[in-house]
Amino acid sequence: MNAYALLFPILIPLLGVVTLLLGARSLQVQRIGGVVFAALTFAASLYLVFVVDQADYVVIQLGGWEAPFGISMVADRFSAVMVAVSSFMGIAVAVYALSEIDDTRLRKFFFPLYLVLIFGVNGAFLTGDLFNLYVWFEVMLIASFVLMSMGGEKGELEGGLKYVCLNLLSSMMFLAGAGILYGKTGTLNMADIAYQLAMAENADWALSSSMLLLVSFGLKAGMFPFFFWLPASYHTPPSAVSAVFAGLLTKVGVYALFRSYTLMFVPLFPHVQEIILWLAILTMITGVLGAASHFDMRRILSFHIVSQIGYMVLGLAFMTPLALAAAIFYLVHHIIVKTNLFLVSGVVIRLKGSCDLAKVGGLCKSAPWLALLFFIPAFSLGGIPPLSGFWAKFAVVKAGIGIESWGAVTAALLVGVLTLYSMTKIWAEAFWKQQPDAVAVEVPKPVGHLAWMVIPIAVLSISTIVIGLFGEPLFAFSERAAAQLLDPQGYISAVLPTVAEVSP
Amino acid sequence: MEPLIALLIGILFAAGIYSLLRRSIVKLVIGIVLISQGANLLVFTSGGLLAGRPALVKAGATAPPAPFGDPLPQAMVLTAIVIGFGLTAFLLALVCRAHEAVGDDDINAFDNTDT
Repeated sequence: MNAYALLFPILIPLLGVVTLLLGARSLQVQRIGGVVFAALTFAASLYLVFVVDQADYVVIQLGGWEAPFGISMVADRFSAVMVAVSSFMGIAVAVYALSEIDDTRLRKFFFPLYLVLIFGVNGAFLTGDLFNLYVWFEVMLIASFVLMSMGGEKGELEGGLKYVCLNLLSSMMFLAGAGILYGKTGTLNMADIAYQLAMAENADWALSSSMLLLVSFGLKAGMFPFFFWLPASYHTPPSAVSAVFAGLLTKVGVYALFRSYTLMFVPLFPHVQEIILWLAILTMITGVLGAASHFDMRRILSFHIVSQIGYMVLGLAFMTPLALAAAIFYLVHHIIVKTNLFLVSGVVIRLKGSCDLAKVGGLCKSAPWLALLFFIPAFSLGGIPPLSGFWAKFAVVKAGIGIESWGAVTAALLVGVLTLYSMTKIWAEAFWKQQPDAVAVEVPKPVGHLAWMVIPIAVLSISTIVIGLFGEPLFAFSERAAAQLLDPQGYISAVLPTVAEVSP
Repeated sequence: MEPLIALLIGILFAAGIYSLLRRSIVKLVIGIVLISQGANLLVFTSGGLLAGRPALVKAGATAPPAPFGDPLPQAMVLTAIVIGFGLTAFLLALVCRAHEAVGDDDINAFDNTDT
């Protein structure tokens, strides 16, 4: 019975999609159904975390075909925690969407598409098969393509076009890499690929496919030098959509990178460690410099996604138990905080009609509660103790000091300061400055009650504080997850119980 | 046969990248389609090519007579073709709308959301 815990976070959103399509006539059904199914998915994902933490690995061989012949679904602690935190964002943004997504978008099936997105994201986290991962990526992408461009405004279409083209290109590279890997190993099961590579005397022949996958996942994750689609498109759709994209989509790329280099390509890792390290450093620096040069809240935040991705990939490049634990902790912290900041930018747009920092101001006086709710995630992102971002950054830097990677540590600290600088810029311009009177911006007609926007933001802010003050259980969990990642043998034996031990 | 297909895959990728680098958005779509066909062909060939040896089990036997063609890449490539078909249809619609909104098919006119 417990093994089926793995299927609920995938099947519940799918059931939700079907239900909402059947009830497409009534917008009330769409709203209530969207929130209810997102909430159920979150509950199922919490149960999955609970089950996985007890059992270490939960494996299902779909259709009763034994691995490596069938498709395996696998949950270890890392994928379980990713599913849980994504589903948490899923429910938070679904509630937020009640008061931001207008009737036209609801009639264009906003909520069914939103649930398809969650369905795809959760599937990508839980699959144990490389080709199946490609399919989940496509499920997630097609939903995100439509969500991004459904408004039909000029900016959305243009940003959407860039987003779609580059992501399609990345999928092609993924497919090519998976195809080559299949040609060489004769299997697509990730555990089996890992086993074959570990048993091979010299695994260099897999280097070409590993590079194709690195570029493909790097493109999806928004790593340097492939990130240009991200800041060109994430600021165009409604805030609820950018928030869920910012929180989830790039992290699926990061997850896939972690999965491939801690499981499948372990024997190749020494070859690519230096490359990943430099990509991570350059991702951090270019991202934060882009953010520092911008003057629009959502563009600044988009560039910060890029720079924060660098920290997580840095954890992968260090590849020590502490570094991986730090990276997992960072992922959880970042998903919550970044989603929250995009949600806040949506409230700013609702109150002031724009989130261009030159046009807004005086929010500290007119909406002091919003100032507080912005302050918490913003300064958590900047790494101010005792908020969650401080511990995440602290752990990454400590891991870097542990292996004496001074260049990376310097870059991480410097980028932290610059992050703080651009957060202070938003704070000073949007909240402290007087409202500039020369500019008249048309405030859009509000859709739903403001409370539906504020409640998710408040909940996410509180979880940031809680992770900051009482983060120890989460960090201990991250450490256990990291220990699992560093022991690919455990994963291989869980999926393929019959194969022999991998020789070290 | 394989070297010929390999050459074809290379040509498809090269032509696709060349089209991607052109300035017209229609050629952008053509480039993506060509690359996607190249990737499909690559997956298809990855199992090795064996003419006239389908993986069909004779009545009464439990395994097809060796050597037989690997059916898995064919299943995968079918999936990939269907996915690619859907995405291309969406991309064409998006390009059409974006062209209406921006009023130009030159990629350089699509710089309003850039940085």
